[in-house]
Amino acid sequence: MLLISCPNCGSRDETEFHYGGQAHVAYPENPNELTDREWAEYLFYRDNTKGAFAERWLHSTGCRQWFNMLRDTVTYEIQAIYPMGSPRPDAAGKVTADTGTASTAADSTTTGSASPDISGTSSSPTSISSTTAPEGATP
Amino acid sequence: MAETAAPANSAQKNLSLRVSPAAPLGAAFEAGSVRGVVELREVPFLTMVGLRVNRNSGAGQRVASVTGGLPAGCGSVSGTGDTSVLWLGPEEFLVVAPTEAHESLGGDLIQALREALGGDAGQVVDLSANRTTFELSGPRARAVLEKGCSLDLHPSVLQAGTALSTEIGNIPAVLWKTGDESFRIFPRASFADFLGRWLLDAMREYASPEVP
Ligand SMILES: [Zn+2]
Repeated sequence: MLLISCPNCGSRDETEFHYGGQAHVAYPENPNELTDREWAEYLFYRDNTKGAFAERWLHSTGCRQWFNMLRDTVTYEIQAIYPMGSPRPDAAGKVTADTGTASTAADSTTTGSASPDISGTSSSPTSISSTTAPEGATP
Repeated sequence: MAETAAPANSAQKNLSLRVSPAAPLGAAFEAGSVRGVVELREVPFLTMVGLRVNRNSGAGQRVASVTGGLPAGCGSVSGTGDTSVLWLGPEEFLVVAPTEAHESLGGDLIQALREALGGDAGQVVDLSANRTTFELSGPRARAVLEKGCSLDLHPSVLQAGTALSTEIGNIPAVLWKTGDESFRIFPRASFADFLGRWLLDAMREYASPEVP
């Protein structure tokens, strides 16, 4: 069982959450100009990362808000939790932000602030691992 | 066709016909409660209103003046008198008020909330039939809940007056600690039977003498 630290509610069991797939998949600027192949790739093609992976989660039986999580797909270590719309907070995210493909717009779906102190078991949700394995590397 | 006496008003007619979600378990709740140890009952037909509004907006402040405040964060409950507002999300709240506050019984709470919101962004939705209310109380109430709720319910962590949206017995429910040894649980109506039976099962061991 993972303990996931919701930005609004604090640390809760994994069963309270739903997985939302890969984060930072931007909606195409001009969907009409895409070929069928490009559109299909936008809809269905996702990374299959071994190592740090940015993904979306929903606290479905709690505050019903979405947030992003940076999770190691090998160790399940949760490296960071950050708001929807924020760039990925590690080396991979900085590259994305510089090239302008990551959305940095504020997102209204996450308006909470710090975790309340009702949970005592939270692991540091905002810590960012400095060691980010490249795609396919073994951590 | 025989003459039938028409109800004096539609509210009386409704009252005679309505059945609360856990009504079929009423006798079982009575029999399964262990006096002075852990007791369970349904509090039927409370008025509940779903609110969606930004508490920092003008509409939020107008709504707050009707409810006696809007809670600021996870766990907190505000309200005035017998009307309480539970925090469900950053812009989502649940108003819990007595049965008589419902507009079908002449209450004006929901209408007042609608008027406070006005045309601004948000929602005021009558959710009175969405959930029912269980009251679980007694010195063993926490032990019963701990069998199926992963929150830390120890009094040093969970204070009276805290309400949290979580899972109990694997179903989503809102848990409100109303006193040192009393909880209100709000399951959705369709889960009321399941959760009622689950709680009865969890309570059963406390009817027997403790094994040393
Ligand atoms: Zn949450």
